[in-house]
Amino acid sequence: MSVPFYVSPEQLMRDRADFARKGIAKGRSAIALQYADGILFVAENRSPALHKVAEIYDRMAFAAVGRYNEFENLRIAGVRLADMRGYSYDRRDVTGRALANAYAQTLGAIFSSGGEKPLEVEILVAEIGAGPADDQIYRLTYDGSIADVRGYAVMGGAAETVAEYIGEHYSDGISLAGAVRLAVDALGHDSTEVRELTPDQLEVAVLDRTRTQMRKFKRISEESLAGILSESSPAVDAKSESGSGSDASDSSESSTGDTPVAPPADDAPVAPPEDSDDDRPL
Amino acid sequence: MTSDASGRLPEAFLTPGGSSFMDFLAGHAPDLLPGRRSLGQGDLSSEVPHGTTIVAATFPGGVIMAGDRRATMGNIIAQRDIEKVFPADEYSAVAFAGSAGFGIEMVRLFQVELEHYEKLEGATLSLDGKANRLSALIRGNLPMAMQGLTVVPLFAGYDPDIKGGRIFSYDPTGGRYEETHFYSVGSGSLFARGALKKLYREDLSETDCATVAIQSLIDAADDDSATGGPDMLRRIFPVIGVVTVDGYRRLPEDEVAALVDAAWAQRHERPDGPAAASLT
Repeated sequence: MSVPFYVSPEQLMRDRADFARKGIAKGRSAIALQYADGILFVAENRSPALHKVAEIYDRMAFAAVGRYNEFENLRIAGVRLADMRGYSYDRRDVTGRALANAYAQTLGAIFSSGGEKPLEVEILVAEIGAGPADDQIYRLTYDGSIADVRGYAVMGGAAETVAEYIGEHYSDGISLAGAVRLAVDALGHDSTEVRELTPDQLEVAVLDRTRTQMRKFKRISEESLAGILSESSPAVDAKSESGSGSDASDSSESSTGDTPVAPPADDAPVAPPEDSDDDRPL
Repeated sequence: MTSDASGRLPEAFLTPGGSSFMDFLAGHAPDLLPGRRSLGQGDLSSEVPHGTTIVAATFPGGVIMAGDRRATMGNIIAQRDIEKVFPADEYSAVAFAGSAGFGIEMVRLFQVELEHYEKLEGATLSLDGKANRLSALIRGNLPMAMQGLTVVPLFAGYDPDIKGGRIFSYDPTGGRYEETHFYSVGSGSLFARGALKKLYREDLSETDCATVAIQSLIDAADDDSATGGPDMLRRIFPVIGVVTVDGYRRLPEDEVAALVDAAWAQRHERPDGPAAASLT
């Protein structure tokens, strides 16, 4: 007869959190960014079919990182919840807050229940209002904690490094083109080696308040993304002022706005080296 | 209804399943489906408002759908400005004749059904796929149709494969029939169809096609007491939806008013409307 080891609740939760965090950090980042006319989503995603950003309802969208099957399941549940509420009440009665709450309860319950594996996901629920002040971005983590974010949010991969880059360059009321350029540059600055991401590596969508249709969500195609990136490139160059300390690795590409201070390699707190198994989260 | 006591999403929401909202409702909240209710006995057709005449006609590159604004309850006019033509999604339109309450509920459910599929699958249904979903919806309503609460929809949309509009009609058992060029449903449909037959040509422009639809609705109102003609005193005119490659668009009020005024002026000269161009 074996005597079970005692594991303190703190230790148990920490282990589960570590497990989830590690899974999430293995993937690539996704960004939500408020701009003048709505909210922009940019995710590094090489798959044209498996989306990390998706429409939930008229003014609401969903973005996620981590294990695809897990967040896809949450997305579908969100669409079902929103459509059902909209059908039984009215379209205006579907709110981001209600959805974020339902997600938080679900994630929290799964995280703390002994029988289930914690979900290795992090999700954003974004909702646009009549003006930028009414926009809502909720960020939910694997344990069900929920935060109301203003301006921008980054999750997955080297989230802190990317967020730091955006924090340095972000301003309120940024234009769509400016926001796209900033987000793409930020995704490229996720390690000491600066990368220039091409449109086929990116998934971009907006919740655009100026759309005349009731449904404000719109994907930005590869072609229009290439168009936006080509015309907005110089503006950002002018903005990233006289960055003298361009790091050694950034030899070929000068058009990316260099970070004045390249983050040290070991600074990414939750990004262990990528392993190359096929099961890697998105 | 939408979450359990803990606020957690109910199991049904997280269970992998199909992409149909109707199927989801059937499993999770069947009382929200129109066809699942039990009714009293007898014929209820004169007890509730009924919508009347809808016409649809294709033109090169699109399709037009128009509906009069009257709802009747037996011999009473229940509503003068009811709307019976709706966008089903971005590239299709749906309208109904028959029991107004169920018709409006059916349209709402159909709209959610199409949008739900689109969001879950990341792709839109084909036009035939949409038409078939509407069949399934009507079939669910059959018990009520048997008690006089029939809803007969008309569905039309832009089909990118043929780069033009297509029209589908239905019977109360869910039978689906594709119509060529034009069609009409509702109490005044016989008269409207007669007018369409004489006025319709395949090469009509969008505006002329709208005029033909208006003329046919005026003819329907002329001979059917349940169909409302243009209300010249209150300026209540037919709802006209157009679907082309650019999507669904409801013709603005002033454009419809101009077309109706022209048709009305013409009827002052000749009350039976335009004469057919030739007898040979």
